[in-house]
Amino acid sequence: MAKHKLMDFDEALELFEPVVGFEVHVELNTKTKMFSAAPNSFGREANTDLAPVDLGLPGSLPVVNEQAVKFSISLGLALGCQIAPSSRFARKNYFYPDLGKNYQISQYDEPIAFEGSVEVELSDGTRVVVPIERAHMEEDAGKLTHVGGSTGRIQGAEYSLVDYNRAGVPLVEIVTKPIYGTEHRAPEIAKAYVQTIRDIVLSLGISDAKMERGNLRCDANVSLRPRVPAGEPAEPLGTRTETKNVNSMRSVERAVRYEIQRQAAILAAGGSITQETRHWHEDTGTTSPGRPKSDADDYRYFPEPDLLPVVPSAELIDELRAALPEPPAERRRRLKTEWGFSDQEFQDVANGGLLAEVAATIEAGATPASARKWWTGEITRVANAQGREAADLVAPSDVAALQGLVDAGTLTDKLARQVLEGVILGEGTPQQVIDQRGLAVVSDDGALILAIDEALASQPDVMAKIRDGKVQAAGAVIGAVMKAMKGQADAARVRELILERAGQ
Amino acid sequence: MSAGAELIRLTAADLADKLASGEVSSVEATQAHLDRIAAVDADIHAFLHVSDHALGVAADIDRRRAAGEKLGPVAGVPLAIKDVLVTTDMPSTSGSRILEGYLSPFDATVVARSRAAGLVPLGKTNMDEFAMGSSTEHSAYGPTHNPWDLDRIPGGSGGGSAAAVAAFEAPLALGSDTGGSIRQPAHVTGTVGLKPTYGGVSRYGAIALASSLDQVGPVTRTVLDAGLLHDVIGGHDPRDSTSLTDVWPSFADAAREGARGDVLRGLRVGVIKELPDSGFQPGVSGSFRSALAAMEAGGAELVEISAPHFEFGVAAYYLILPAEASSNLAKFDSVRFGMRVTPSGTPTVEGVMAATREAGFGDEVKRRIILGTYALSAGYYDAYYGSAQKVRTLIQRDFDAAFAQVDVIATPSAPTTAFRLGEKIDDPMQMYLNDVTTIPANLAGVPGISIPSGLAEEDGLPVGIQFLAPARQDARLYRVGAALEALLVDSWGGPLLDRAPVRGGVA
Amino acid sequence: MSEITPDLVRHLGVRRRIQLSDEEVERLTGQLDVIVDNIAKVSQVATPEVPATSHPIPLQNVYRPDEVGETLTLAQALQNAPDAADGRFRVTAILGEEQ
Repeated sequence: MAKHKLMDFDEALELFEPVVGFEVHVELNTKTKMFSAAPNSFGREANTDLAPVDLGLPGSLPVVNEQAVKFSISLGLALGCQIAPSSRFARKNYFYPDLGKNYQISQYDEPIAFEGSVEVELSDGTRVVVPIERAHMEEDAGKLTHVGGSTGRIQGAEYSLVDYNRAGVPLVEIVTKPIYGTEHRAPEIAKAYVQTIRDIVLSLGISDAKMERGNLRCDANVSLRPRVPAGEPAEPLGTRTETKNVNSMRSVERAVRYEIQRQAAILAAGGSITQETRHWHEDTGTTSPGRPKSDADDYRYFPEPDLLPVVPSAELIDELRAALPEPPAERRRRLKTEWGFSDQEFQDVANGGLLAEVAATIEAGATPASARKWWTGEITRVANAQGREAADLVAPSDVAALQGLVDAGTLTDKLARQVLEGVILGEGTPQQVIDQRGLAVVSDDGALILAIDEALASQPDVMAKIRDGKVQAAGAVIGAVMKAMKGQADAARVRELILERAGQ
Repeated sequence: MSAGAELIRLTAADLADKLASGEVSSVEATQAHLDRIAAVDADIHAFLHVSDHALGVAADIDRRRAAGEKLGPVAGVPLAIKDVLVTTDMPSTSGSRILEGYLSPFDATVVARSRAAGLVPLGKTNMDEFAMGSSTEHSAYGPTHNPWDLDRIPGGSGGGSAAAVAAFEAPLALGSDTGGSIRQPAHVTGTVGLKPTYGGVSRYGAIALASSLDQVGPVTRTVLDAGLLHDVIGGHDPRDSTSLTDVWPSFADAAREGARGDVLRGLRVGVIKELPDSGFQPGVSGSFRSALAAMEAGGAELVEISAPHFEFGVAAYYLILPAEASSNLAKFDSVRFGMRVTPSGTPTVEGVMAATREAGFGDEVKRRIILGTYALSAGYYDAYYGSAQKVRTLIQRDFDAAFAQVDVIATPSAPTTAFRLGEKIDDPMQMYLNDVTTIPANLAGVPGISIPSGLAEEDGLPVGIQFLAPARQDARLYRVGAALEALLVDSWGGPLLDRAPVRGGVA
Repeated sequence: MSEITPDLVRHLGVRRRIQLSDEEVERLTGQLDVIVDNIAKVSQVATPEVPATSHPIPLQNVYRPDEVGETLTLAQALQNAPDAADGRFRVTAILGEEQ
């Protein structure tokens, strides 16, 4: 893979003005698919969640999932959009083996929602309004596995295997208008925007929104145009690239930054940008051109003749609007107050995209402070080390349970981190990990005393020092005992017992 | 006549009565029709597949009846099924090589309802490939021959079903009609065929041609038989979003009412100024006019009406259909089912798809797919597909205006009698013009029926008269159709099919 | 005269994944030329104030409840597959891009 020349980011921003846009696909968590009554499930044996229409069997027909329509309307409302009085489905025609019918049922010139905006808050509190062009309903494609190549990717594969389980899963595609004026903060805004969308769909309860699982996908459009002196008319928009395969919040930010740098280098050298789709590679932190699209741009959209228009009543829209949860910006303000965090503490949580997780952990019984500590502390540390999203590592209920065990004295902080490791590895709930690994703090004084006496025996002068009033000498014994107990002791209690022994 | 030979000449209604009374068993009736198929189908070629377990199904019906179970009015009557309808127990090819041997894991709704009503599937009938055609010559499995003259076409796309009932191989058949594929074959074979109001019968399991035009309907020898079959298959289907939720009256009852009542008196019958039957084959026009005269004699009033946009119907149809078909047929790509042709070397999947579709689709199918793709292309959409959808609106308005003045519209069902096999196959546009009278009903969604009006003077071949009614007024077609049928059959001294050449020997 | 050329026909064939032979391209070009000439007249009457009709009988809001229904078994799903492995449909190497 050719390594692209990159211009320094700040230098790029001096010469060029970035214009960005995003297409986010949200997988809805309905029970069934968009156009068939097959289950909308995950991780099942291949080709076992299929209705005839998911395979495009001759004679099969789509039927619209009412709940998916309601979820889509709710999402449109939460995005500040107008809901179309009448919208239609359309066929997007192209051939690809992951499509059951070689067309995708989507929406074209009559989307269900349009003209909205989303307020995005950055880490320093700056608010950016992202204009939303439209949100429309469509269905997902199946999954291809490429076999025989060296990388498991499509290039060089001998053959491919197709699983249509996910074909037909309901999607809402949210398309922003071009976003101007992002300047240096374009990458940051990109990430914050996707986080905001994630927060919105989680608060609506319409999607599991796990980027790792593909519940939320972001395609980033980036173009640059040369800066002009103040007062002069702006240059026309530059050619844009669309970057796909952006599978985490971190990647969103990095990919936008990379594209700005890559495009700037080309333009500054007098070259031109190819309008194309590019792939983001998380491992190398680069984008590469996608393979040529065999069907070019003409999808030959026409209104889906097998389905009828969606005409939501005013009553339905009012009902869904009334049921909307508070907007994310308001919610953040409220939570910050409720949780009693400082600005910085709250930003740590928000910037990590962990508002929902912290909230859920508190709901499950933890204090705000402990929830924050875990999520922005150890869990984020592990997430960064593994290159994964913190939210995907462990369930909030488990985190609350973990803290509960620490509060009850069953675990020390240090042991709790080991238990967390086990939970993340999938060994079970905190209690299960404790039982399986035998990690609980030993609360039996008798056992502790035995260990203490052993340690004292090998450090005979300590007892004398303690009796002399140098209680800090106990530290060496505590350390030895903790080591002997493999950390499964409450150090404070050990100290107490030592001092008792010493008659202090 | 032998018992079997008698049985096959019964109408479905009469056969149903004898089955209900116990005079005849379903096994006997089914065997008689299987024997008939064996005797004549080598010449007719109406069937692509004959069921190997029809007698078992029939025996089961007999057993249940003997056990005292209450069965429906047509239980035990044999049924032929157009191969466009998917069946779990017999292959469904839609007349194409690309689906050779395809076995559907589900039954079409109309098939399921037929089975539930106790009808006995005899087999799958021949058709133009993917229902594209007016002669059944585009079947990948060879044409069907008109029982009236084996050198002539049986109509299309449903020539197999029409020929099967015309040749007494089945008393009832299911067909599909996108631009006349039930009505035109009825016309050239002297049988009855009806296209319901769009949405009146489920399309679930009908291999899609043009989704906004396709309908499934009955193919029979009499109007009452059509009503009986329509009663079985019609009605809302939640699996077909376009199916209507209306509760329909009994069409068999409507037919009976038409046969005995005074339906024609005061009936206003519209004749379309812009479809001058003077431009049609003289014998067709002649038969049409004499049928109209018979109606007038029965008290009907003829009214000339104008439908100025009907002349754009064929053009609009041959834009909408290919466009929708080009998309509907994309699923035949060698991946999940159907034929797969793997070119030599290391082909990509795109190459396999292209080679498969090249080998698996016939000329007419390819022609319409290319045409449809063109009509939907960027830059052409408005002029072609978009405009055609507007013509549809205009034709609907023509119908609305016409039905404000008349109760039914009458036309010849096609411009000519059955032409010879091979006569029009090389001129697609000529072939398309066969549909000029039937297409408007599909575009507008209104129901249409074709019943025999007589034989053309110059060639002695059958002619059909078509009636059209407003959307949802299918019952009106059964009443009017049955009324005229009664008059005509009376004037002929027996059904028109009595005059068809005898085939297969008579015992 | 319409704009049907052999190149266009070939291009449309590629779009629709049909490997047309040269003979077919030539024949189709001639036939489609005639057909398109005949059907082009729809634009004469399709003026801007006439709305398009996609569905002959107007219906709207046709839905099903979000409840799991009958599904195909794996055996049924694969029963007509030209090639399958590991419970999945097998195809040769893919050239083009996911959309």
